[in-house]
Amino acid sequence: MWASINELKEKIHAGSSEEVVAEYLERIGRSKLNAFISTSGESAISRAKEIDANDIEGPLAGIPVAIKDNISTRCIQTTCASNILKGYVPPYDAHVIERLKKAGAVIIGKTNMDEFAMGTSTETSFYGATKNPWDMERVPGGSSGGSAAAVAGGEAPIALGSDTGGSVRCPASFCGVVGLKPTYGVISRYGLIAYANSLEQIGPFATSVRDVTTLFDVVAGYDPRDSTSVDKEVNYSSSLENNVKGLRIGVPEEYFGEGTDEKVEKAVRDSINTLEELGAKTTTVKMPHTKYALAAYYIIAMSEASSNLARFDGMRYGLRTEDSDWHTTFSQVRASGFGDEVKRRILLGTYALSAGYHDKYYLKALKVRTLIKQDFERAFKDVDVLITPTMPYPAFKLGEKIDDPISLYLADVDTVPINLAGVPSISVPCGFSGGLPIGLQIIGKHFDEATILRAAYTFEENTDFHTKRPEGM
Amino acid sequence: MYDNPDGVMIGLEVHVQLNKLKTKVFCGCVTDYHNDPPNSHVCPVCLGLPGSMPVINKKAVEAAIKIGLALNCKVEEHTQFYRKNYYYPDLPKGFQITQYDFPISSGGYVMIEGEDGELRVGITRAHMEEDPGRLVHEGTIDKSKYTLIDYNRSGMALIEIVSDPDMRSPKEARRYLDKLRNIVGYLDVFDGNLEGAMRVDANISIMGGQRAEIKNISSFKGAERALLFEIVRQKNVLRRGGVVVQETRHFDEAREITLSMRTKEEAHDYRYFPEPDLVPLKISGWAPAIKETLPELPDARRMRFVEQYGIKDDHAKALTSELKLAIFYEDVAKKADPKTAAVWVCDVLKGELNYRDLTVEAFKKEHMLSVLELLAGRKITEDGAVDIIRTLLDKGGSPEEIIKEKGLVIVAGDIVETAALEAIVENPQAAADYQAGKVKALNSLVGVVMKKTKGGADARKVREVLIAILSDGFYPPIEREKIEKTIIKIGDVMVEVSKPIANLLKKMGYV
Repeated sequence: MWASINELKEKIHAGSSEEVVAEYLERIGRSKLNAFISTSGESAISRAKEIDANDIEGPLAGIPVAIKDNISTRCIQTTCASNILKGYVPPYDAHVIERLKKAGAVIIGKTNMDEFAMGTSTETSFYGATKNPWDMERVPGGSSGGSAAAVAGGEAPIALGSDTGGSVRCPASFCGVVGLKPTYGVISRYGLIAYANSLEQIGPFATSVRDVTTLFDVVAGYDPRDSTSVDKEVNYSSSLENNVKGLRIGVPEEYFGEGTDEKVEKAVRDSINTLEELGAKTTTVKMPHTKYALAAYYIIAMSEASSNLARFDGMRYGLRTEDSDWHTTFSQVRASGFGDEVKRRILLGTYALSAGYHDKYYLKALKVRTLIKQDFERAFKDVDVLITPTMPYPAFKLGEKIDDPISLYLADVDTVPINLAGVPSISVPCGFSGGLPIGLQIIGKHFDEATILRAAYTFEENTDFHTKRPEGM
Repeated sequence: MYDNPDGVMIGLEVHVQLNKLKTKVFCGCVTDYHNDPPNSHVCPVCLGLPGSMPVINKKAVEAAIKIGLALNCKVEEHTQFYRKNYYYPDLPKGFQITQYDFPISSGGYVMIEGEDGELRVGITRAHMEEDPGRLVHEGTIDKSKYTLIDYNRSGMALIEIVSDPDMRSPKEARRYLDKLRNIVGYLDVFDGNLEGAMRVDANISIMGGQRAEIKNISSFKGAERALLFEIVRQKNVLRRGGVVVQETRHFDEAREITLSMRTKEEAHDYRYFPEPDLVPLKISGWAPAIKETLPELPDARRMRFVEQYGIKDDHAKALTSELKLAIFYEDVAKKADPKTAAVWVCDVLKGELNYRDLTVEAFKKEHMLSVLELLAGRKITEDGAVDIIRTLLDKGGSPEEIIKEKGLVIVAGDIVETAALEAIVENPQAAADYQAGKVKALNSLVGVVMKKTKGGADARKVREVLIAILSDGFYPPIEREKIEKTIIKIGDVMVEVSKPIANLLKKMGYV
């Protein structure tokens, strides 16, 4: 039931895309993971038939793909896992969706997530929490928990998520799959419903580095509709190489600090040793501003979010309560449409941008961001990649942290600095702790996805963690 | 020297809509929505749909730089966009993309005619922003049961021009506004005739007190009225021993009064921060090339017209008030007497155009030249020329056709004129009676002329000719002061006529 893109291609060649798509839809239908908010069964089947009938070619011809529900899909409901967007059917496709369609991919559904991507556990979804395929009592991570769980649970071979502060890498780590957060600007954000524009990127999920790379090659590339999009086409699939000879690895000790699970630390250090044995060289690097990253991240993300989410007023789309005057209707829509975590972040962000506090919080956070970027620039003078744990611990229990926002925010400690710096980072499976997957984070220089993909691919070729599958699926 | 007795300080914020750009400021929607149904010029971006992103329109930035340069501003090294956060249904994103720190241009000035001679009004800054949608109510706003929103206007490029508080009277404010429209109109970036093309917010204080900001002013006349009212209001507050508070006031156009909207304590906190979806623009390099494209601006053109064509400054000012009018005049002045051309374009044509709410594009240069040529050759009268201009505007055609149709042409020995003279000579008593005050006596003379011309003459024209001959004593009515009059005897009757007519009658053998 888990298949790579190449295996599926053979299956489609021997049979049909329709069969493949139907099989995945059937599996989603009887799943208990709650990985999907909606499935696009009819349109997926008819698209698959079309591909079969016309022998449509493309790097993903006939391959099913799952899309995080904060990416705009024409004619398919897009909710951001929020009540406020229930029933909102976008009239346009995001840039990545256009590219997927052009590559022949078949969209099978929209995956669950933390409401408006605000969370680390996919528990804040209005449509219920997603469960971790490795342990149904645990969270899949977040915010792209639905996409990661779908791939880990065999309900989609590949999926797209978005990563604002770790939202691709965290669930990849918790669900034992591969997830990439590309360099800021490499994938167009046009059509990604913004949580924090200056931090986020769309990112691919798959069960292998090769498939992540294939999906990445399809969706990355210049888009004039996103002013932060970089004019650069990528093609990394053809140059994936099992070779880390001479690769200079930096290990920032700040990422192995207090709160990091011992087994996680051991798995990551073992992985670094594996790469050393394969010819890489390791040095310790200092990233002194890491401890300020979480605070800066949350201030910037919440500030941007408070403004981004202002448009949801019930006037043009989404939830609409009984009509009254503007202020009443608008207040009612937002009061009943947003969940607690979203409201918390809007309030905090509004506060951080307010007159009298703007300089103390928002401006200061921007300054910290610059220092963190400089930490990375300095480190990358001497090393090619940085390796850290993706998450300080494996997946926690459903409900364990949901009432303690601070403890949830702290879980992002190893992922948010990467978004502040805008550099690329990939999470690959590197071990288990009590039957739960552990993720290895490989961080690269701006636009140097080639090197982190090569390192991840080499690691994968020489280990078997990525071949392990959860039981009972 | 104007002593500004009330210590009035006025600063204006003027929004100019770049309605001549082909597309909106952050998306590809076309801007000519004025005759189209509501919400027909919209897309995910200007509707603020989730996930949409703005992309800056390069032409809009160029236009903004052009305006900055024309207002003598310094164009900044780099410019950045900010979000101004506030909730309103016409604002689809819940924030407006505008500028805050790093506006496109700042520190300029314009010269206006002040209360006591030339006044330099400082320009604090000129920055770009997007227009919100438009709220539409059935009937009046207070009686309408619902509000409709038209997002066609949403995302139109605006330039906000903020002045220093340099104006000391509503009249100066009005002149500043006229001057601004004049200058911006020269740059071919906006059409001032379209609805909402220019909108004004006014800041005013007196006697060094707090300022009031007046919003909702929809016309320049409205701005002047609102400011006049505000001076009286603030003076009354002071006279009663009160203090003018800083507040935002709403101009009620119908009642011509301002009403308090919110005080300083209730002022919005817009929580400005840089728009993360738009990268800062390096524009310092753009300015030199754009400067090259700037046309000769009104002040410079006005001075040149006075010097080059020897016309009055008033005429030069009026002629340069609009670029098209200035070009029209200059094209005509090159082929005709510039002074006469100034009189006819400025005093006659412009008046007739204004009366009909038309622009100078409604009149052909060739027609103006024909009219001037006909006048110079004394082929038509001044009244005839005015008649031709009016007819051209109302019905079209050509000056020649109109002259033929209306019998406006003056020809020596013209049939009507000859017949009129004959009629007078043959009926001297009637002529004398008319001159003595019996107005009705003219009718019989008209009848004679009509008979003589076999009904081919225009009766009105015949009357005119007869009256001209008999009342003014001469015809045609030109260079009146130079013509001496003489009394001639026709038969037994003494009739007063001009010397040329007396000579003509002699030649005809009547005297």
